[in-house]
Amino acid sequence: MRKIAMYGKGGIGKSTTCQNLVAGLAEKGNKIMVVGCDPKADSTRLLLGGLNQHTVLDTLRKEGEDVELNDVRKIGYKGIYCTESGGPEPGVGCAGRGIITSINLLEQLGAYSEDENMDFVFYDVLGDVVCGGFAMPMREGKAREIYIVVSGEMMAMYAANNICKGILKFAETGGIRLAGLICNSRKVDNEREMIEKFAERLGSHMIYFVPRDNMVQKAEINRKTVIEFEPDHPQAHEYRALAKKIEENDNFVIPKPLEMDELEKLLINLGIQG
Amino acid sequence: MEALSKKRIDEEKVSLEPDEFMDPETLKLEILSKYPPKVARKKAKQIIVNRKESEEKYPEIQANVRTVPGIISQRGCCYAGCKGVVMGPTRDIINLTHGPIGCGFYSWLTRRNQTDPSTTPDGHNFMNYCFSTDMEEREIIFGGEKKLRAAIQEAYDIFKPKMISVFATCPVGLIGDDVHAVTREMEEKLGITIFGFSCEGYKGVSQSAGHHVANNGLFQHVIGLDNTVQGGDYKVNLLGEYNIGGDAFEIERVLNKCGITLISTFSGNSSVDFFANSHTADLNLIMCHRSINYVAEMMEKKYGIPWFKINFLSAGGMSRSLRKIAEYYGEQKLIDRVEEVIAEEMPAVKKAQAEVRPRLEGKLAMMFVGGSRAHHYQEMFREMGMTTFCAGYEFAHRDDYEGRQVLPNLKVDADSRNIQELKVEKDPERYNPRISAEEFEALKRNNIKLRDYEGMMTDMPSGTIIIDDISQYETERLLETYKPAVFCAGIKEKYTVQKHGIPMKQLHSYDNGGPYAAYRGAINFYHEIDRMVNSKVWDHIKAPWEKSPELAARYTYE
Repeated sequence: MRKIAMYGKGGIGKSTTCQNLVAGLAEKGNKIMVVGCDPKADSTRLLLGGLNQHTVLDTLRKEGEDVELNDVRKIGYKGIYCTESGGPEPGVGCAGRGIITSINLLEQLGAYSEDENMDFVFYDVLGDVVCGGFAMPMREGKAREIYIVVSGEMMAMYAANNICKGILKFAETGGIRLAGLICNSRKVDNEREMIEKFAERLGSHMIYFVPRDNMVQKAEINRKTVIEFEPDHPQAHEYRALAKKIEENDNFVIPKPLEMDELEKLLINLGIQG
Repeated sequence: MEALSKKRIDEEKVSLEPDEFMDPETLKLEILSKYPPKVARKKAKQIIVNRKESEEKYPEIQANVRTVPGIISQRGCCYAGCKGVVMGPTRDIINLTHGPIGCGFYSWLTRRNQTDPSTTPDGHNFMNYCFSTDMEEREIIFGGEKKLRAAIQEAYDIFKPKMISVFATCPVGLIGDDVHAVTREMEEKLGITIFGFSCEGYKGVSQSAGHHVANNGLFQHVIGLDNTVQGGDYKVNLLGEYNIGGDAFEIERVLNKCGITLISTFSGNSSVDFFANSHTADLNLIMCHRSINYVAEMMEKKYGIPWFKINFLSAGGMSRSLRKIAEYYGEQKLIDRVEEVIAEEMPAVKKAQAEVRPRLEGKLAMMFVGGSRAHHYQEMFREMGMTTFCAGYEFAHRDDYEGRQVLPNLKVDADSRNIQELKVEKDPERYNPRISAEEFEALKRNNIKLRDYEGMMTDMPSGTIIIDDISQYETERLLETYKPAVFCAGIKEKYTVQKHGIPMKQLHSYDNGGPYAAYRGAINFYHEIDRMVNSKVWDHIKAPWEKSPELAARYTYE
């Protein structure tokens, strides 16, 4: 079983990319679980055709200790297991602690045990690694591979670099590795070259360049992945290609995060002049 | 300590032979040599050998700074200072801890504050209860304000109290529950005074931060609520007396006897009704300078009530303090009455002193406690013929050691800035300066120093050791090196000290004893120290077989 976490700046398209690529993997017969680590609980909406109403934390709160795996695990597109951690409303409580509690509970309930015969577990994590809670999927025994969703926009790259610092911190204790950058194109000048270069500087690689297409938005409005909504659309093939790349990927490294001025230089050299 | 007890120790100077007694400066260097260089540099400023440099000049000590992580400190947290020390002893306010259950439970009644509910008409006493919101994981994740609201409602429904205060614990600060918004809302709903304290445990460097937070809360929300002017002469408040082991009862007895009217004590044997009315007093008397001087200063600014420092611990301190009060008022009636009371009380005190003194004379005491007690009790030991050779505070600031004249030069660091400093102005209607500027000067000439505290160092002989925020390592080195007759601190230190075969008296909770304040209290304390120091039990600390084994054997591998 491969355990994968998706990180990236807020709004970059992590959840959309994650669900589309998971759909691609599922088409090929893989058994997959997606764990949404965002209090908004919208990481599995496209796979389930709507929001999962039973988040782990809500169920824990309602049922107390008597929780079963099936209470919090819904079956979505092509048999994908969909779980949402859930969490507090904006501005109250501690979402980070929620993630920790939720992932621990899933473990206790045996969601990752051998007899589940899972091929992939995906953690879709909210935004940046702002506190210990959001680094939970990086800790020992959780995710082994981290994919960072990024675009050629400066703040997205800055966030990606920060996430690499987080990976570095847990690389030795938790054994996690950076498995690659996924460029979710924003149609920024010279984007592909810049992210390739950036990935190289981090010691990793850009595993795939996902072009921008309105079909993604259209499918999303219909609560579906592109693969499910328009299986023959070129964008569906892009996600299938990404899925294949990930399936075959064996480039796992401890990243070398850049200094701030190095990162800026990279942007000036490639982003502006290009 | 046999050798030492034969030596003459006068009050000015401890005459210690260097061949029998390690020089304090040498011990200091030995202790510092065990620390990493950076820690040693810091600690060097906190371990001081006392010497009077000139009339008002004592060596500078570093205090109220962060404890180095890894060093076993005596200190407590901000929440402990706010809830446990200042607010805890008040009987008729519901003190509700917003946090996990341990914070509330382990701060419940540990200080042995006593109270007498019969003196307030409603007879409310909630001190036997422990109120907590019992935050659990789900409140940490989803926020605890709802549960706090429900807890306030429940406490109100069951007990119908006059006042409720809410204490924020560490996790509350981390997740951002707004205790002030909730208390404001519930105050409006229930129509009683309800307010919150941002006293998250991690704030500041010690419990001292919590005292300040509590002072601010009392001043903003309680003091001045009731303008009724009580009858009686010589109306005073007693600040920083927490009625541990019944101290306040004994002080009240003596004050009553002198005809002095006590409006409110902060906060031993107290009621919120007394606090609300305390701004009508003439004078504020300060016992524990560290924990409560903020209220005294703010009351002077807002209402014009002067304050001075007194010490009701020890018979001598009690008499001196009573005379100071009488002189302040300057009325012959009071001066005479105070002298009569002293004359009535002292024979029993003298008798007790004469009884214990032969057994205690010349022995050494060490005290590491509080922000004032380590000073207050020194006179008590002198009355038994004992010398306080080493002393220090847990959470005091420099002014508590060196005197308030250092205040203008105090460095205000980031940790102190984190604690709110209230801006206080004269109350437009109720400001009434109790004495004029001329009277203030006249009192000063008579050696009645208002707004002043001279600190601990002035009272300690040259050559004694003063340590701020003493560590367990330093404690053990002092015990091994000087083998005091008695060591005073708190529960955390108790068993370490006793394992050295040295009697240990808790000055936070008084073990199971008290009262020790005023005259009868002093008598109790003399007998208690006599009993502890001269007990034979310490001779039996080594098991017989350790002293003289009947069989000698070795392991084969030895």
